[in-house]
Amino acid sequence: MRQTIVRDVSGLPTYGFGPRSGPWWGAMGFMALEGMGFAIAIGAYLYLYAVNPSWPIGASPPDLWPGTAEVVLYLLSIIPNEYTSRVAHRYDLSKVRIGLVVMSLIGIALLVLRGFEFAHLNTRWDNTAYGSIVWLILGLHTTHLATDLGDTVVLTVLMFTRHATPRRFGDVADNVFYWNFVVLAWLPLYLLLDWVPRL
Amino acid sequence: MAADPNELRDDVLSGFQLSQQLERIWRTPSGLLGALMSVDHKVIGRRYIVTAFVFLLLGGVLAMLMRIQLAGPEQTFLSADKYNQIFTMHGSTMMFLFAVPVMEAFAVYLVPLMVGTRNIAFPRLNAFSYWMFLFGGCFLWISFALNVGPDVGWFAYVPLSSLQFTPTKRPDVWAQMITFTEVAALAVSVEIVVTVFKLRAPGMTLDRIPLFVWAMLVTSFLVMFAMPSIMVASTSLILDRLVNTRFYDPSSGGHPLLWQHLFWFFGHPEVYIIFIPGTGMVSAILATFARRPVIGYPVVILSLIATGFLSFGLWVHHMFVTGLPQLGAGLFTASSMLIAVPSGLQIFCWLATLWDGRPVYRTPLLFVLGFIVIFVLGGLSGVMVASVPIDTQVHDTYFVVAHFHYVLIGGAVFPLIGAVYYWFPKITGRMLGERLGRWNFWLAFIGFNVAFFPMHILGLIGMPRRVYTYPAGMDWAHLNLLASGGSFIFALSFALLLINVFYSARKGALAGDNPWNASTLEWATSSPPPPQNFDRIPVVKHRDPLWADSESLPVVAGLSAERREVLLTSLAEAEPQTREASPKPSIWPLLAAIATTIFFIGSIFTPWAVLWGTPPMAIALIGWFWPTGSKEDEE
Amino acid sequence: MLCTTWPLAACAGRQSALDPQGLQSDQIRSTLFIFLAVSAIVWIAVVLVLAVGMLRRKRATDRPLDLHQVFEQRADRLILGLGIATTVIVLGLSFVSYAGQRTVFAKDEHALTLKIIGHQWWWEVRYEADSPHQSFVTANEIRIPTGQPIKVELESADVIHSFWVPSLTGKMDLITGQKNELQFTAKNAGVYRGQCAEFCGLQHAHMAFDVIALPPDEFGRWRDWQNQSAQSPADQLGRQGEALFRARGCALCHNISGTLAGGQLGPDLTHVGSRTSIAAGTLPNTPATRGAWISDPQHIKPGNLMPKMPLQSDELIAILHYLEQLK
Repeated sequence: MRQTIVRDVSGLPTYGFGPRSGPWWGAMGFMALEGMGFAIAIGAYLYLYAVNPSWPIGASPPDLWPGTAEVVLYLLSIIPNEYTSRVAHRYDLSKVRIGLVVMSLIGIALLVLRGFEFAHLNTRWDNTAYGSIVWLILGLHTTHLATDLGDTVVLTVLMFTRHATPRRFGDVADNVFYWNFVVLAWLPLYLLLDWVPRL
Repeated sequence: MAADPNELRDDVLSGFQLSQQLERIWRTPSGLLGALMSVDHKVIGRRYIVTAFVFLLLGGVLAMLMRIQLAGPEQTFLSADKYNQIFTMHGSTMMFLFAVPVMEAFAVYLVPLMVGTRNIAFPRLNAFSYWMFLFGGCFLWISFALNVGPDVGWFAYVPLSSLQFTPTKRPDVWAQMITFTEVAALAVSVEIVVTVFKLRAPGMTLDRIPLFVWAMLVTSFLVMFAMPSIMVASTSLILDRLVNTRFYDPSSGGHPLLWQHLFWFFGHPEVYIIFIPGTGMVSAILATFARRPVIGYPVVILSLIATGFLSFGLWVHHMFVTGLPQLGAGLFTASSMLIAVPSGLQIFCWLATLWDGRPVYRTPLLFVLGFIVIFVLGGLSGVMVASVPIDTQVHDTYFVVAHFHYVLIGGAVFPLIGAVYYWFPKITGRMLGERLGRWNFWLAFIGFNVAFFPMHILGLIGMPRRVYTYPAGMDWAHLNLLASGGSFIFALSFALLLINVFYSARKGALAGDNPWNASTLEWATSSPPPPQNFDRIPVVKHRDPLWADSESLPVVAGLSAERREVLLTSLAEAEPQTREASPKPSIWPLLAAIATTIFFIGSIFTPWAVLWGTPPMAIALIGWFWPTGSKEDEE
Repeated sequence: MLCTTWPLAACAGRQSALDPQGLQSDQIRSTLFIFLAVSAIVWIAVVLVLAVGMLRRKRATDRPLDLHQVFEQRADRLILGLGIATTVIVLGLSFVSYAGQRTVFAKDEHALTLKIIGHQWWWEVRYEADSPHQSFVTANEIRIPTGQPIKVELESADVIHSFWVPSLTGKMDLITGQKNELQFTAKNAGVYRGQCAEFCGLQHAHMAFDVIALPPDEFGRWRDWQNQSAQSPADQLGRQGEALFRARGCALCHNISGTLAGGQLGPDLTHVGSRTSIAAGTLPNTPATRGAWISDPQHIKPGNLMPKMPLQSDELIAILHYLEQLK
């Protein structure tokens, strides 16, 4: 077929932020399916809650302090997270480096808190179905936290190398965006794990 | 950010020079290593299709073994244990290793071409997805060969599949195969959504997207929202069996019905994940062979979306005899029947299209006609089983076996074979034999109906499912023999398809760009397409671009001819936004898949696999994303 | 319509939904026939429209985009109209179904209650009454009076099974950790075969049972008889068999009321001599089949939970003679 050139796109940028970048949409896609996974796990918890006469089963509710401390730290982390997003959009390398280091440290702290939370669930995964679902849900979110932390750390390292090109700032923005999801996912899970047993 | 004036772009080259240059940067390197590194959606799509068809044949052989055993009462061709493994493997292979992957595979191959772009979104993830599918399928079948194949049904109900009642590794193999295939399917679904949302050719507004692409878009959303449910289910089953969690153990607060809810919440959308792509294929083929666009384009799209949504509200109809509250069951009857409305609307649109169109009788159209006859019958038997009282009789009998084979084979496999005949010329450059195609169709149509129609009756006269034999005095023998006979004829039709494919791949008539005079963009490039798909990205001004203008194709210029570049456009209006780099061939997807496979297989044997299995995965992922310094990775 | 295809005989069968002998199965068949009629009409209409549409005189132009707006609009309206019609039909069928559902699942307070516990791969049947003297246990065979609502309470001892006797009613699952209920009424006397309808492992195919509907007075006599303990053996060989039954380990799994054999793992054998089948409907109940079963249960039903008992042939003869007398 004969080709007729009707448009020239050479003036377009070679990368974009947010909806103008492919990976942002990919991240949205993964958030959708991971969010669905959380929703299903919550559904399983509520089903077991509904079919059992007493809840929790054979255990006292989890100690409140680790989960609540996490909520506070997650919510506080939004501040450096937003900061990192803004400086990434401005291609400010030194500030992005600071932001990423801070987010990495926060992630490590949260992982440590998570360890305490597991220890203070007051039930084992193999005691009862209550213990099993509680460990499963906490485990799923921990996997999230850990993989996002891994992503953040790698990105931090990258921004200290010669690969800190403009394109990479888009990757930072995506990473920051995803962190919001990790925070948001924790809030209903925290309510479920720590407060539903106290109803 | 602005265009580098020194960069070679596709507006300064043209014709053969342009093709050559683009081919150089887009092609897969030669040799075995090159093949393992390919990120070309066409290469991966072809592999996916072939591998899925291999699993179809394997699953089909299992079916033949079952039909031989059941051809007469009280036969000893297969022992109880062998039979139970075989029917489990048949269902699992067909559902997880054939039906969903083959539809994904066609999407992987066709969607980028149909929307007018150079490659699928996230090409390395696409490669990873194929390897996970292949490794998961091999894992299942090698286990079967080693006598560790699952034997608890493709649905693996607890408590039968729990450690207490099946202390072997068999259900663990099944559950982990699920994880492999779900990871593969989820990856492809994200790629398809992003390809359709962001990589469409300029001017391809939402109402100019081909119906096949719409179908695959809806399917991808179904995958994203349904598969997490079975991931949770299979993971928790493995946990129950490996580390003694109690999800399904009633003595510790668990419940066997939790499994059924989790499984069927996935399981019902699953069958629409298989059927909806079939409808997309039908729309594509029908338009071409009725020589007119499908009537009611908006109705078809809304029906696809409605079917997708509704499919999440039906799952309880698989549990009508588990002792549910009656009112709830009645509501699920209504929703299960209501999904007939959007499916029916699509059929009415197709019938109207055929009514007005000028049919060209070629093999693809024959399979579409067969689809209508068979699928509608299956859909009607579905309305029957949706009724709670009727279902209490026919649930878990051969009536249901008949129903779902009518809707799955009629609704998905017939369109699929039609799609093979339709797109084989585009994929290979040669036409399949038309005469052999007609024999293929008639043997399939007749064989299928002779095999499966009697099963409706068998179910009504008392034959339950999943039985390795039946008594002589039950009057089931004649119908079973008839069904077995029909299955041989049906199997023969696949032999013809294979012969046709092997012969035509070498000796078939040369196809040219557009042998069917079809309207969508994949037919605007050569057969097979060059690695870059299009020398210049097309611009779309009409829903049926090649019918609107068959002489010339409007295109954009300005993309790089030095590095791999694709054009991102806006979601609704398809206005060009970004020239995004597209990844070069890479070995990391294969390495990541190998690492993940080791982790997955290890973790059904010991929980410590989490410790030693995840570091290699992390390394592979870091290697994957670490910039290589190539033009595509840096600014 | 279906019964005009072959085989005719199977439509009238003792395990057939098309030959209902109970109130519930009768209602279900009526519902089924309504659905079948509607389905047949719809399918024939679709195939006809397809055929006529393909074969009719075609529009003149060969250009795919040469469309007539009038036709397109009429087609759109027709399609939407058919969509509405489909919705109405489907909603109508939902109501028909729900009406049938309510009849089938209606509960009668004066039902005769049985408890059935599913095992891999046999049925424990418990007739319970207020006083323990009126309660008894049997296996794989249920006898009921005609014309009387029967309520079966369904539980499972191991995996999920399903209780299905199509001549009388639809099925209901036996689910571990849950109690399900099913009610049905047999209209006519007869022997109705049932089969487990949920895959339950190796010998799922061989987990059948019989429901024998009797006139009420005959049922009453049967029930009184079942209430009685096992008869003492009438002769020397029988007494030998009784002793060997305990000595060779059969009593570890099987219960015979009124004797020292009290095992609870396998089917109750108190009145095994008067049952119509053994091994959950796998074999007819004759001396020869009982002998074959006991000498090698794994040969007949591989994987079932009864081991091959090491018996000498004269021991086997004595035990068989004893069991035969347990009518």
